[in-house]
Amino acid sequence: MSAHHQLEGHTYQRFDGELNHLHLSLLEMGGLVTDQASEALDSIKHQDLVKARKVCEREHQVDVLEKEIDSRITAILAKRSPLARDLRGLMAFSKAVTDLERIGNEAVRMASISKIIYENEVSNPSSYLLHDVHAMGKVVCNQLKESLNIFDLLDFERAEVLLNNRDELDEEFEVGLRRLTTYVMEDSRNVGHVINIVLVLKSLERIGNLAHNLAEYIVYLVSGEDVRHSESNA
Amino acid sequence: MEQTEDIKFTNAKKASIDDPVEVKHRATVSREDRSTVGEIRVDSPRMSCTDVNVYYSGQRAIKDINLDIGNNEIIAMIGPSGCGKTTFLRCLNRMNDTIKGCEVTGSIMMDDYEINSREIDVVPLRAQVGMVFQKPNPFPKSIWENIAFGPRIHGLAQDKTELEEIVVTSLQKAGLWDEVKDRLDQPGTGLSGGQQQRLCIARTIAVNPEVILMDEPCSALDPIATAVVEDLMDQLRENFSIAIVTHSMQQAARVSQRTAYFHLGDLIEVGITEEVFTKPKHQLTEDYITGRFG
Amino acid sequence: MSKKASSYDDFFASRPRTIDLVKKGLAKRRAREKRFQLYGKLAIILGLIFLLTLFTSIVGNGYTAFMQTYVKLDISLDVDALAIDDPDNIQQLSTANYGGAVKAALRTMFPEVKSRSDKRALYSLISTGATYQLRDRVIRQPELIGQSITVWVPAADDLDMLMKGKIDRDVVQADRRMKDNQLVWVDKLISEERIKKRFNTGFFTSGDSRDPELAGIRGAVMGSLLTLIVTLALSFPIGVAAAVYLEEFAPQNKLTDVIEVNINNLAAVPSIVFGLLGLAVFINFFGMPRSAPVVGGLVLTLMTLPTIIIASRAALKSVPPSIREAALGIGASPMQTIIYHVLPLAMPGMLTGTIIGMAQALGESAPLLMIGMVAFIVDVPGNIFDPATVLPVQIYLWADSPERAFVERTSAAIMILLAFLITMNALAVILRKRFERRW
Repeated sequence: MSAHHQLEGHTYQRFDGELNHLHLSLLEMGGLVTDQASEALDSIKHQDLVKARKVCEREHQVDVLEKEIDSRITAILAKRSPLARDLRGLMAFSKAVTDLERIGNEAVRMASISKIIYENEVSNPSSYLLHDVHAMGKVVCNQLKESLNIFDLLDFERAEVLLNNRDELDEEFEVGLRRLTTYVMEDSRNVGHVINIVLVLKSLERIGNLAHNLAEYIVYLVSGEDVRHSESNA
Repeated sequence: MEQTEDIKFTNAKKASIDDPVEVKHRATVSREDRSTVGEIRVDSPRMSCTDVNVYYSGQRAIKDINLDIGNNEIIAMIGPSGCGKTTFLRCLNRMNDTIKGCEVTGSIMMDDYEINSREIDVVPLRAQVGMVFQKPNPFPKSIWENIAFGPRIHGLAQDKTELEEIVVTSLQKAGLWDEVKDRLDQPGTGLSGGQQQRLCIARTIAVNPEVILMDEPCSALDPIATAVVEDLMDQLRENFSIAIVTHSMQQAARVSQRTAYFHLGDLIEVGITEEVFTKPKHQLTEDYITGRFG
Repeated sequence: MSKKASSYDDFFASRPRTIDLVKKGLAKRRAREKRFQLYGKLAIILGLIFLLTLFTSIVGNGYTAFMQTYVKLDISLDVDALAIDDPDNIQQLSTANYGGAVKAALRTMFPEVKSRSDKRALYSLISTGATYQLRDRVIRQPELIGQSITVWVPAADDLDMLMKGKIDRDVVQADRRMKDNQLVWVDKLISEERIKKRFNTGFFTSGDSRDPELAGIRGAVMGSLLTLIVTLALSFPIGVAAAVYLEEFAPQNKLTDVIEVNINNLAAVPSIVFGLLGLAVFINFFGMPRSAPVVGGLVLTLMTLPTIIIASRAALKSVPPSIREAALGIGASPMQTIIYHVLPLAMPGMLTGTIIGMAQALGESAPLLMIGMVAFIVDVPGNIFDPATVLPVQIYLWADSPERAFVERTSAAIMILLAFLITMNALAVILRKRFERRW
């Protein structure tokens, strides 16, 4: 049983085609929002306002994809009355679309903060302030990529590995907050930047959680088990 | 910058097609395993089958079926054609007796007596376990006669008024009364397909059985008539246990509380309907209900 | 997959258009179609021609039998001529010399006839039936004694044939049934309007007779009727019971197979064999009366049973199993299922089979010859133990008689037999239509 066959092998070959097309569209959207997130992070890292603006402009594309995928899911539900794995797959896809759109939103939010930070005449934040953004950004981006890989390959085992490591990100966030608190206490002029950076960190944390959601959907799709809100057991 | 380069995930899809990845199925039993998965027994069953086998002139049609039919539940039996679901259904009121060369072994218990024994008289059994067939088969007599036949042969009515009461109540229960009350003397065969099937159901409940067996009761009906019959089944569940064989998975999902999946004479999976249709435990069940059979 | 599809498309794309190929062979196909239908039509036309020939020949020969020639005589019924002395004595009335009165009436009409042979020729114009007719009339109305009455009496068969144009006047006297002097008398009678043709009621009301003008069909019809009643009363219940048991209850084993084969074989046994059986068993062994409809009915029952059993089984088989299942499914016992649901549906088929069997029995003569129903019986049978004959045997007997006038009676009897058969078949159709129900 291969991952590839998860969504194929129906007596109705067109159904296979529709599901695969949907899967590909979702991955395309995933690629787009990942790109958005890393571009937003880049714009913060390299003080690149062009990239920040580009991210804001591309938000529209994500919305268009979301709408299109949603309508296709509705159509498949109406036409095929899917059951079992197909039903779980469509539920997973439908939720994934929403989550991907939210990731896109968070990316735009980060890009907006980037614009706020660098468009003002106030001095740019020092690199040690941004250290956590870079570190956490890297982890989140990797996790997002990993979750999309899992989504692509419908890889149940990698999804479990990813979900078991979900506390890693929370810890990173806590550590970041604590460190930033010390900077504010050192020099109260840092407050403005720290607020912005905390917002960025919050966005990154959200993106990380949404990426974990994607992995949870894959677990649901493959095994039929709902592993949401079960961190304590995990 | 390096991040953006390997973000093109859509390319990764292509790689996965060429090089599929094995996925572990946590709760799925493999295709080769033919033992029954799921909860075959229920608390205080109406009927309880143990190791039921049916042979057609020596050929084993169904193999070691163990299954309970609960009180006030609708149990749906699904499966591809020739999987033995109808054969199993017909064991439950010994209708297989009418088929020449058919032999049933195993035990089917009901009210602490063994149905599948030569000593049992099938007449009281069939009064207790009624049956509705795939094709609506009203007698070519009047609507009244269709309903009154059962109560009359079993002596259920003391006099004409009581018989009338039974006929009217049965028709009302089957939701047919308003449509036929002005033409009870007209032939039952003159009704539409859906009405005929409801007439057959009314005929069955007129005998006041305890279990009703339905063999694809809606396969000849349009969606509206099907909906009416399904609604009727839902109401009948209050008083009867119903076992229904159906080819429509949607129907099984809509009407039943438990679902049993048969495959080539084996009972593959039994379970709560919602579970069977969202996360079946057996690979064969999943293949069948998602349309990957064959 | 896509490769396969494209080669598929190439395959069909490289082929000529289907419609062109179809059109090419179309003319030939149509011609064949027409020819095929033509054979069927020819067969039907041929059949119709045969039937028409048969009917025209029978009707053409037989329709005249329904008319009968009568002669008007003035008969004086005085006591002397009738040779009686007490007109009130019934005994005397029935033995009186009515023949003499008839002859006297003829002599007064033709006083010129003197010689013995001429007188005999004159008397032979009038049927002997005239005597019986006169006697019946006098016994009914004794007050006519002493009076002179005018009556229409039946003519003898030769005169009847002459009047119906079946005797040719132009043939030389030696080869003719009517002598020249007879022809002269007949012409005189005609000129005096003493001869006329009337509807032949006697044909339907009297039994057989050696004299064609007196012979009637009633005895044979009653014989056939009684025989058929016996046959029906025995073969229908026995046949249906056997069919129901074999079809619904009998286990499938060697014994039932043997029975089934034998029933089918029995249907093909020549009917005369049943006649021999009847002679040996019913008459010789059981000592039943010869020539009686009861024995005829028993023999015909043996003959029609296989037909009825086979037809009834086919009718039972054609009842859809869904009806049986429906009844069994609500707990009806097999007998209730059969009585209430299966039999009513099978009845039209069973009745059709029975009526066809009855029609066969009605037309059967060979087995009845063996049990003596071929005897010459004048009396109309009143019950199933009276000696009787049946229609086909009557036809055979008349066809065998030398008198010219029996030819038309044979044909008339055939017409009546055919009418019975058609009625029975029509009845079969009507019953089938009436009982037929859709399921």
